[in-house]
Amino acid sequence: MEITSQDFKAVSGAKLKDEKLQKALFQAKDGFVVSRAKVIKDLDNFETIRQAASDVRDHCLAHLDEYLEAWESQAKASGTVVHWAESYEELNALVVKIAQDNQVKKIIKSKSMVGEETGLNKYVEGHGIEVKETDLGEYIIQQAGEYPSHIIAPATHKSKEDVSDLFAEKHQRPRLEDAEKLTHEAREILRPHFLDADMGITGANFMIAETGSTVIVTNEGNGRMTTTMPRVHVAISSIEKCIPTLDDFALMMRLLPRSATGQVISNYVSMTTGPKREGDHDGPEEFHVIILDVGRTRVLGSELRDALRCIRCGACMNHCPVYQNVGGHAYGWVYPGPIGSVLTPAYNGIENAIDLPNAATLCNQCGVVCPVKIPLPDLMRKLREKQYEKDLKSKTEKWSIKLWAYLAVRPKLYSIVTRVMARAGKMLGGSSGQIKTMIFAAQEWTKHRDLPTPRGRTFRDIYVNNKKVNKR
Amino acid sequence: MSARENILSRIRSANKVGEIRDAIGGAVEDRLTTHPASPLPDLTWNDTERFKQRCEDAASTLDEISQMDDVPEAVSRYLTENNLPTSLVCWPEFKKLLWSKSNVEAEIRSALGDDKVGVTGSYCAVAETGTLVLLSGQEHHATTSLLPETHIAVVRRNRIVKTMEEAWQLIRSEVGSLPRQVAFISGPSRTADIEMTLVYGAHGPFRVHVIIVDS
Ligand code: SF4
Repeated sequence: MEITSQDFKAVSGAKLKDEKLQKALFQAKDGFVVSRAKVIKDLDNFETIRQAASDVRDHCLAHLDEYLEAWESQAKASGTVVHWAESYEELNALVVKIAQDNQVKKIIKSKSMVGEETGLNKYVEGHGIEVKETDLGEYIIQQAGEYPSHIIAPATHKSKEDVSDLFAEKHQRPRLEDAEKLTHEAREILRPHFLDADMGITGANFMIAETGSTVIVTNEGNGRMTTTMPRVHVAISSIEKCIPTLDDFALMMRLLPRSATGQVISNYVSMTTGPKREGDHDGPEEFHVIILDVGRTRVLGSELRDALRCIRCGACMNHCPVYQNVGGHAYGWVYPGPIGSVLTPAYNGIENAIDLPNAATLCNQCGVVCPVKIPLPDLMRKLREKQYEKDLKSKTEKWSIKLWAYLAVRPKLYSIVTRVMARAGKMLGGSSGQIKTMIFAAQEWTKHRDLPTPRGRTFRDIYVNNKKVNKR
Repeated sequence: MSARENILSRIRSANKVGEIRDAIGGAVEDRLTTHPASPLPDLTWNDTERFKQRCEDAASTLDEISQMDDVPEAVSRYLTENNLPTSLVCWPEFKKLLWSKSNVEAEIRSALGDDKVGVTGSYCAVAETGTLVLLSGQEHHATTSLLPETHIAVVRRNRIVKTMEEAWQLIRSEVGSLPRQVAFISGPSRTADIEMTLVYGAHGPFRVHVIIVDS
């Protein structure tokens, strides 16, 4: 997918003024947050389980080559065809080759964020092959020609009215207004495609080294259909999705649905090991898995490596005050919210996502809810440091920091300057005690709010004075 | 070098073999063969009660009967009470049951796109989450629990295990290697992709009815 994260500032400004979007975001805001809070109470030792999951992910990343090799040999033993891809182009080309080798005309697809990364649909369609997204949210945005704004709820930026208009236009049927009717209309439209598609594409939430399996976790049942109905199934995944054992998977499943949608378990957890067996009535004749590494190994060797523990639950974005206000599209790439602010610059180069590490208040809501304990604010801080090192900060910001650093190591001068500024600030505010407009970089602040003036004395003055008073 | 070799060698150098890897430790072979258990939550509930509770939480409906022979009667009761069609497809394990005596027309085959009711067994069931565990196979058609609008699952009471971990243990000891698909099913298909409004019957069944059998 093309990255537009450079425009974060401008786009997020526009998103804040977009009334329709604001309404949709407001409506979505509490849903996942409230149900997660309720359902984690169900585990008396949630924090212990969370720590264990984080440890398993760390262990796995430290031995990733061995686990991937173990996974591969098990997968091959059960008849899976394993492919590796080092670039988006390579993955897309592999998918098209598998499709062409099997005379595939129509593909049904269940949600895959790796597929969003590689821009798979556009590429496949460019080769004359039809692709149908089947997850309801993905179907909606495919019809609208957009891309997901959330990794779990891809169409969360759309209102019911948007969907009503869209379906009426695309399905050429009377306009429906009810979420249930709209959902069932999509079911009716998509059902024949499930039955006659030649190939199914899914992602993989996990790959299990013990058994060479891939797993998808869904609620709609489209994933299970995609892995069962067509004669060819291709799962696309990336190297960090590998975990050691079935027991480790059980551990992850106590956390993933709870953190994602606030469910104790998702409706359909489907674990696939190889193609159709002898005597089976259903299942694909061929099962391919493509394992991608774009950016992952680079992150593995960097100080951002903790980010690879991510199990893509979406909790960090659901709880992020910035995401809650600007929505996912403002982030300009596949992954929004705090994890997006880390992965987007990490995978695409920091110069292509300059504002993202700054698009956070560092309030640590994300760090607190992350089921695998990724220290997201620390990682964003590391990226900010890198921006500074790479000389990517704006001139004003750099000068301000330099100036502050100069003063900070000269206490006497610092005291004089701050005293002057505090007094000047008080004068500027006049009788209202509020400064309405400022200049240079500070004008950003007063554009949307007033600045309360300093009281005329600095903290240091007050501190020294209080000490004197207390002595007396 | 192939993509595979490149990727694996990049992983090795990123992990600077001998540093990060050894610091974190833990033998891979050992973990894969002994699959150590992780910390479990409190599991001191009654398994059947917990299973029933969680099935209801997941919007499944329930029935309990004393013997396998009563399955057709229970199925018939459920279908008539809910005004559902009384012709169905089912797994071969229910071949011998006297369906027609209960006025149900049962066909032993895998489900097609327009079958309305599918009856399956289940390999085992998980109490912790109210989950059916279905293994694909010659006698276990996967489409029967997927394509029809109504899925009826028969669960033997003595096959209700506590956790997913126990289900894996059972599969390891009884089945050995995994079948093509292990499907964990917890209630009817659903979505909340339009304005977070919960709707049942997204692509899979609109309703799941669980019949627990004693013997
Ligand atoms: S970073 Fe953590 S909270 Fe965010 S999506 Fe990944 S696992 Fe979930």
